[in-house]
Amino acid sequence: MVTARLELDAVSVRYGAHRAVREVSFSARGGEVLALLGPNGSGKSSLLRAAAGLLRHEGRVAWDGLAGKGIGFLPQDNGARTALTVLETVLLGRLRALGMRVAEAEVTRAIAALDRLGIAGLAPRLLGELSGGQRQMVFLAQLLCAEPAALLLDEPTSALDLRNQFELLGLLRRLAREHGLLVIVAIHDLNAAAAFADRLAVLREGRLVATGAPDFVLTPRLMAEVYGLEAEVCVSPTGRRVMLPVAALR
Amino acid sequence: MAGLSATVEARAAWGRLAARRASLLAGGAAVLVLCFLLDLATGPALLPVSAVAASLVGAGQDPMVEAIVWSIRLPVALMALLVGAALGLTGAVMQTILNNPLASSYTLGVSAGAGFGAALVIVLGAALPLAEAQAVPLAAFLFAALACAGVWLLGGLRGATPETLVLAGIALMFLFQALLALLQFMASPEALQQIVFWLFGSLQRATWPKLGIVATVLAIAVPLLLRDAWRLTALRLGDDRAAALGVRVAGVRFRGFIFVSVATGVAVAFVGTIGFVGLVAPHVARMLLGEDQRVLLPGAALAGAVLLSAASVASKIVSPGALFPVGIVTALIGVPFFAWLILASRRSHW
Repeated sequence: MVTARLELDAVSVRYGAHRAVREVSFSARGGEVLALLGPNGSGKSSLLRAAAGLLRHEGRVAWDGLAGKGIGFLPQDNGARTALTVLETVLLGRLRALGMRVAEAEVTRAIAALDRLGIAGLAPRLLGELSGGQRQMVFLAQLLCAEPAALLLDEPTSALDLRNQFELLGLLRRLAREHGLLVIVAIHDLNAAAAFADRLAVLREGRLVATGAPDFVLTPRLMAEVYGLEAEVCVSPTGRRVMLPVAALR
Repeated sequence: MAGLSATVEARAAWGRLAARRASLLAGGAAVLVLCFLLDLATGPALLPVSAVAASLVGAGQDPMVEAIVWSIRLPVALMALLVGAALGLTGAVMQTILNNPLASSYTLGVSAGAGFGAALVIVLGAALPLAEAQAVPLAAFLFAALACAGVWLLGGLRGATPETLVLAGIALMFLFQALLALLQFMASPEALQQIVFWLFGSLQRATWPKLGIVATVLAIAVPLLLRDAWRLTALRLGDDRAAALGVRVAGVRFRGFIFVSVATGVAVAFVGTIGFVGLVAPHVARMLLGEDQRVLLPGAALAGAVLLSAASVASKIVSPGALFPVGIVTALIGVPFFAWLILASRRSHW
């Protein structure tokens, strides 16, 4: 089993004079799901991009143990509405293996990736005809098709209904547990993050302000400092902790 | 399990799509052959079809028919195919690399640059060391390349994103059109007439050596372009996703620009500016074949060739015995066809 390892050391990202990410350091390894939390504009997307090698940055981003496999990066949905079919879109995940003729094995692989997400039925549809949530699942299938060692996902659940959110996060967890993938997912839903991630990393104004196990990180104090919200921690009858925002702090 | 039947169906649908595309391309090729034959059979000389056919198979008797068929009709008909294909391809590539349905070498200043170059040589005329017959195509080719370089450099000032490149192209189109208008204003009446006729676009300038040049350039450039087919397809998902898939976006875009520059230059140099084909042909191909550039690019070439060949036929039959500039006809028959295509289509393709 491939176990990737990612090490970020004092990573900063600038857009002109604006510093989107400020000296963030942490590490992650294959087999775990890390949820990246923080308000809008806190630097989650920039940090993911820098980690994926798609953005100029300062500091060090080091990947180990990829064993020839790639890093799958899922950007936020940009509403690409093209006349590409779903199957062609998924095939693009294996861009380097494709020629003017597409090998049968590649088609099998792409269909298997769709089937894994339960959307093989979408294969002949045009990408532009799908809902935002369906499109998001298709792009996830595109990543899985390439069999990466790590997945960096920027708000993959934002367009999904509750059931699909639940299933997607469950799948990410299985990929980490059973296939040793390193999974980092930027997400807004704190409770979903707490339920599915092994660790949370919280950004505020580009700085990493907390990292660790969900129960340790998600506290009313953090809610106040990072989100400006007064929150209560409720415990469900089965013992799950749920963060419940009750008021905005001025 | 539902999954099994869905995967079987997905594979079957993939097979059907491939078959449908192959039959559409074959149908297009058949239409192209028909247009080509009609193009050979028609002309101001009003030759009988049997005489043309006899000449083509080497059984011609009349030297005048031989001359018309072999030195005029055949080069003109073949030039329509090559130039149409080149314009269709350049439009498809531009629309893809600029992520814009309105992009073509005509709308983004490349043809305007070529037109200005040609007009400049016509006005300077005898002052040039080269004969006008060579100098005009050469200038048109060079100024098409100059316009492309201008778009790339100007757009590149802000990161060569599709938006900046499109804006740079539109700015350059207006610039070259203004310069062209200035030249026309200052030109002698004879030169003015020559410029206007050049700008109309005409296939009648085709000769075997010119055909050889266009064919050679395309034979080199098109295979290189097709190597980028999947990367161009990836660009249609947006720069971000393409980059995440491992595409060097700027590199693909640059190579696309080089292709557009060379193919537009060589096409426009010998036949003048022909609008519309480069804009419409890719849309026709996209509507029928989809966005997979392995199929879209050949489809756009085919659609461009059919369109220009059909326009060439139409230009000869609107007024029998005379020749109507083909550049005017492409728009006159192209616009209603395009409007029908868009209005009749139920799916959105861009």
